[in-house]
Amino acid sequence: MPKIVINGKEIEFDKGMTVLQACELANVEIPRFCYHEKLSIAGNCRMCLVEMDKSSKPIASCAMPATEGMNIKTNTEFVEKARKGVMEFLLANHPLDCPVCDQGGECDLQDQSLYYGVDKSRFSENKRFVKEKYMGPLIKTQMTRCIHCTRCIRFATEVAGVPELGAIGRGEDMEITTYLEKSMESELSANVIDLCPVGALTSKPYAFEARPWELKKTESIDVMDAVGSNIRVDTYGWEVKRILPRINNEINEEWISDKTRYACDGLLKQRLDTPYIKKNGKLVKTTWDEAIQLICEKINTTDPKLIGAHVGDMVSLENIFSYKKFLNAINCTNYDFRERNFYFNPSDKINYLFNSSINNIENSDLILLIGCNPRHEATMVNARIRKSFVKNKTPIYSLGDVGDLTYNYNIIGETTENLKEIIKGKNEFSRKFLSSKKPVVIIGESALELKSGKFIFEEIKEFLFKNNFINKNWNALNILSQNASTVGCIDLNFFNENKDDELSFFEKIKNNKFELIYLLGSDNFELVKKNEFIVYQGSHGDRGAEIADIILPSPAYTEQDGMYINLEGRVQECRKASYPTGQAKEDWKIFNLILKKLKNEKLFHNYEDLKKLTLDQIKNFSGIDNLPNNIFKINKKLNSEFFNEKILINEIDYYFTNSIARASKTMSDCRNVKFKSLKEGTNN
Amino acid sequence: MSLKEVYNEQPKIFKFSDKNQKIIDEILKKYPDSNKKSAVMPLLYLAQKQNDNWIPLAAMKYIAKFLSIPYINVYEIATFYSMYNLAPVGKYFVQVCTTSPCLIRGADKLIKVCKEKISSKERKLSENKRCSWMEVECLGACVNAPMMQINDDYYEDLNENNASEIIESLLNDKPLKPGSYRGRKNTSPEKNKNLNGNSSK
Repeated sequence: MPKIVINGKEIEFDKGMTVLQACELANVEIPRFCYHEKLSIAGNCRMCLVEMDKSSKPIASCAMPATEGMNIKTNTEFVEKARKGVMEFLLANHPLDCPVCDQGGECDLQDQSLYYGVDKSRFSENKRFVKEKYMGPLIKTQMTRCIHCTRCIRFATEVAGVPELGAIGRGEDMEITTYLEKSMESELSANVIDLCPVGALTSKPYAFEARPWELKKTESIDVMDAVGSNIRVDTYGWEVKRILPRINNEINEEWISDKTRYACDGLLKQRLDTPYIKKNGKLVKTTWDEAIQLICEKINTTDPKLIGAHVGDMVSLENIFSYKKFLNAINCTNYDFRERNFYFNPSDKINYLFNSSINNIENSDLILLIGCNPRHEATMVNARIRKSFVKNKTPIYSLGDVGDLTYNYNIIGETTENLKEIIKGKNEFSRKFLSSKKPVVIIGESALELKSGKFIFEEIKEFLFKNNFINKNWNALNILSQNASTVGCIDLNFFNENKDDELSFFEKIKNNKFELIYLLGSDNFELVKKNEFIVYQGSHGDRGAEIADIILPSPAYTEQDGMYINLEGRVQECRKASYPTGQAKEDWKIFNLILKKLKNEKLFHNYEDLKKLTLDQIKNFSGIDNLPNNIFKINKKLNSEFFNEKILINEIDYYFTNSIARASKTMSDCRNVKFKSLKEGTNN
Repeated sequence: MSLKEVYNEQPKIFKFSDKNQKIIDEILKKYPDSNKKSAVMPLLYLAQKQNDNWIPLAAMKYIAKFLSIPYINVYEIATFYSMYNLAPVGKYFVQVCTTSPCLIRGADKLIKVCKEKISSKERKLSENKRCSWMEVECLGACVNAPMMQINDDYYEDLNENNASEIIESLLNDKPLKPGSYRGRKNTSPEKNKNLNGNSSK
């Protein structure tokens, strides 16, 4: 390995590193504004100047490739003087409004001016003024504060794939703007707020809400989709003030989607705080005792066969497990987790996971999407596919027309017949596919929902296995789950196992065969109510609560500890950041209460017990935050029927996918802006 | 210099004329197919020439689509270079160089003349709409400082008086001839006529 001398210390570095990266290896901190690990190098802020031997001028370390035998000094007077000079220029036009700036306390410019700033200004002219720009409902702009690092522009073009931000004019007049001042059409747009090293781009919903040092920070997991992005929840008292990304290069890198970040104001609205009972067609407040008494009566008087149960999209593993135990205790066998009837095969763990892992998308050499829209179903996965597309020019193919995915892809067919041709090798694409070394096949729930959903899954699995694309080192089979609870539910067997029954769970629901339906946080479940008695247990007064006869309040995901399995099969811990509203009780405690009344028995003694028991149920579990053990057995292919049909991809109302997002004002603002621009079209 | 303003009355559509379309084909031949976006600058210039010396937004959109690059990139380029006009300019477009050599030789006096004769603000049309002016950075004629460019021609070695005469002539639509206003040929030395090629004997 080549060697470089930094401040008299010799260290080894990898070829291709810049001087700045080599300095980081030597634990020398270099101040920077424009440089960002995940973005291309711009080299325009000049803050990272260092001294190099045989160079009379200081060099910008972020843009200078490190070479063998370089002698770099970072702590000399020369360097300090150069950086002070740069800082003076940056501050020349930067307003002195830290006290009224939302970035205050977490501002790179503020922090670095502490070390390199001069205490008074020699700049006697007026500071420049830049008009504020409109960048949509999420981003608040104050462009006089901008120091032109261009991180936001690079993020929009490189990561988000929406080249809508740009720098117009030049020199002192340079301004950052969006095309015709419209909001960014990206699900990742709010990440520019984190990227902005100053207060030019700040968060609109969070404007003037709190100072960073006043907030309690809790490291947690996002449940808006099945990706399980790592987040940090910032709370002030009870209120969740904001949600920020936590770096996890295996999953979300440094980014999170706008829904993850901004649905949090939905945690303050539409909350269920006390139990309700429907009396004379009206929901009235009641006590826990009365509500539980009524539920027990209903359970006792109803034939267990006529009890149906459904679990929602954001329920943690522990609660799913306790729910199942509770249902078993009352002999209920009709339960499911699916919102729509799609095919899944629970016989082996690889059958319902994103087996290639999100990180390995970057290493693949061919990506095939089958009936899925990763942009809306799993935004962070889409960001990875785009990264692979940009970095390695990975060819991407899709069965079914998905619309704009922020990268180019080829549509190789729109019907299941095309898929059959590919599997049989009759299609030209088969050759390309078979000659790839590390393909990734992503099957969406929309495809599995088709009549030939079973055919699609079983045939593709067989095809991949036969061609050795499912082995110990590479597994090309990927299922793109949409909900945070989906994989957990399959792992904990939360679905109808009753095989003797003629009608499936969905048919029973459709034909109103149940007398009592228990809903645990299910708000997306389509249910036409007739004479059923419905118990809804959840955190928000949404679609589920609307049709309920009894409502039991329980905490949302930020208000209780819980584990979630993401679509890769990674078990992650979601931690309690705030406390439940009003009289809300944790779901497992509610089941305890009901069972105590019914049978005078207790399911779980405490949370630790429950957690341990739940983890025992997880197949191939290897540890918290880790991918599951790579153990699989290929069962014989199940026979399936083929239907020739069009592969339709279900349109998702992206900003309104769950009860929290639907309660959020910010999300509905985003949705309105999106619909407006859809209606009017862009001028481009 | 300040940020260029985009004209508020924009034409709805823009299309290159057939003649220019042929020129475009020639321009595109200079670049490999994968890099045809490099043609953005000559295309913008062509659009400007076709549209009375200014570029409408519709033209930028057309070019962006034509070269399949994001619209904002074309917009960035058009706002960056001072040679692209985003609002109508007069029939006679006066560009006064105010970079150091010209300024030392009295470019500020030319600016004063422009302000008095044409319009008080740069890029504003004169009352009879024939003329507009703007300050520009170095036009590369420092030897003949101070100077100004009127449309495609250089008027050099100026002072307050002859600049005033020139602008008067523009406003009356009878432009004076370009070149040095102190009798020099191109950039030849003034006093040593021997070096001036044709007038030595």
